[in-house]
Amino acid sequence: MSVDKDTVRRVAHLARIEVAESDLEPLSKELSAILNFAEQLAEVDVEGVEPMTSVTPMALKRRADEVTDGDIQDKILQNAPDAREGFFAVPKVVE
Amino acid sequence: MGDLNKLGLAEARDGLRKGDFTSREITEDCIAAIDGADALNAVTAKTPEKALSMADVADARLKDGDAPDMCGLPLGIKDLFCTDGVQSQAASNILGGFLPPYESTTTSQLWADGAVMLGKLNMDEFAMGSSNETSAYGAVSSPWKRPGTNAPLTPGGSSGGSAAAVSGDLCLAATGTDTGGSIRQPAAFTGITGVKPTYGRVSRWGIIAFASSLDQAGPMTKSVRDSAIMLKAMAGHDPKDSTSADIPVPDFEAALTGDIRGKTIGIPKEYRVDNMPEEIETLWADGRAMLQDAGANIVDISLPHTKYALPAYYIIAPAEASSNLARYDGVRYGARAGLQASDGVTEMYEKTRADGFGAEVQRRVMIGAYVLSAGYYDAYYLRAQKVRTLIKRDFETVFADGVDAILTPATPSAAFALGEVADPIQMYLNDVFTVTVNLAGLPGVSVPAGVNGDGLPMGLQLIGQPWGEAEMLNVAYALERAAGFTAKPERWW
Repeated sequence: MSVDKDTVRRVAHLARIEVAESDLEPLSKELSAILNFAEQLAEVDVEGVEPMTSVTPMALKRRADEVTDGDIQDKILQNAPDAREGFFAVPKVVE
Repeated sequence: MGDLNKLGLAEARDGLRKGDFTSREITEDCIAAIDGADALNAVTAKTPEKALSMADVADARLKDGDAPDMCGLPLGIKDLFCTDGVQSQAASNILGGFLPPYESTTTSQLWADGAVMLGKLNMDEFAMGSSNETSAYGAVSSPWKRPGTNAPLTPGGSSGGSAAAVSGDLCLAATGTDTGGSIRQPAAFTGITGVKPTYGRVSRWGIIAFASSLDQAGPMTKSVRDSAIMLKAMAGHDPKDSTSADIPVPDFEAALTGDIRGKTIGIPKEYRVDNMPEEIETLWADGRAMLQDAGANIVDISLPHTKYALPAYYIIAPAEASSNLARYDGVRYGARAGLQASDGVTEMYEKTRADGFGAEVQRRVMIGAYVLSAGYYDAYYLRAQKVRTLIKRDFETVFADGVDAILTPATPSAAFALGEVADPIQMYLNDVFTVTVNLAGLPGVSVPAGVNGDGLPMGLQLIGQPWGEAEMLNVAYALERAAGFTAKPERWW
């Protein structure tokens, strides 16, 4: 499987990573090499095999549905690149 | 004094109780060793004042008696662990300036036992790498060198700073994390012991996530006994990690009898790979003989899906990473790229992630986005998860047949020079012997077992049954005693 420049452009956007036009070609080679490496999986007979969904069989623990922490607005905002008036600030989203 | 930094955990623990030295004295020697080792680039944040005040508290506690084993023992902490108020960046620019307002569960447990934090240790960015070269802080140099050349060697990765710090005696021991071999490979490259516990043994809460179904934290130490001591302190159930197991933590050190008579050790034929250096083959054969001499039954076994482990890993791990790393958006923490007035929120995400993530992280996030995208999910991700089931089943079959532990080489070679491996796939092959253990959720330990023709360390890996760390470490202890590895790097830094 090889991915072309258009696919890289699409995937980069899905991943929300800006990629310069000149980097698309080299990236398509690198990503293709990794996907080709993974192509070996096609030769495995997986008929009737369940996909692994949990590493160790265990029942998920339940807990009481109650608030156990909170009131830490300052702590939550202290690492924000831009926080104003108790909110995270971002560029304008709606015109 | 002056060289208490060279102690292991067990020796230091016992010496503290005999009054041979204080935690403050050990800590001061470690701080001096760290300050003299900037050339290794192993440490990303030094916390000497914090260390000394923790040491004083530990000394008081030791005086009162009944202190836990880890009390007063100075450690280095991989940069992947969130530490309250101390920079924690996963060696990435995207977390530039991030100061966690909380502490990871496993480091909390270490501090609650009285261990002393010396600082944070370098690593591959977001633990993605096998040579510590993808770090935003730059590569770590191994304390080890080949004779007759000054070319710096890799300490391995991703826990390369931890491996260099322990083998270079900057600390008594360090924490590491292992998603595909990131504790065991660097341990093997630097002549130390590294344990990847059973998935769920150690809480992942507060450890910056890479691939959540594969990540486990563990100790990197100067001996098997030290690993047993430190693992006990790191392990245990944590309500904040729903995958952490609510089962008792055994006294791993008490299990170290060295008596492995009658134990069955499997040697998997699929771990003999193409182009494996003769010296690794020989090391593996020597290890087999040592365990046999110690009274174990050696049996040849087959793990038929081994060759598909790496390709499955390089679908599953990037898929999980692309989801986990979606949180780095330039809004809640870390760095945000400089924006123009016309930039909207999408440009903010795309520029922030382009600036903040290094090349390897970008590659893996994009691979993950691709294999999870509509039309490719079944062909890649779902298939890889099915292959993962088969890999786990291989192990279940041999364990059900009576195998107690499995002996393999830890790595396909000794350490290579920085810059020597440029191709990503060649780099991925470093994890060929370790990655199966993560996919199957098993415990594994790398034990230094010999040196190659250049005098560089080589490690053997033991793989244990799920939750069988105690038995696995006892076999490792027998191997350690038989191998008698004592080589140390000559100080050049």
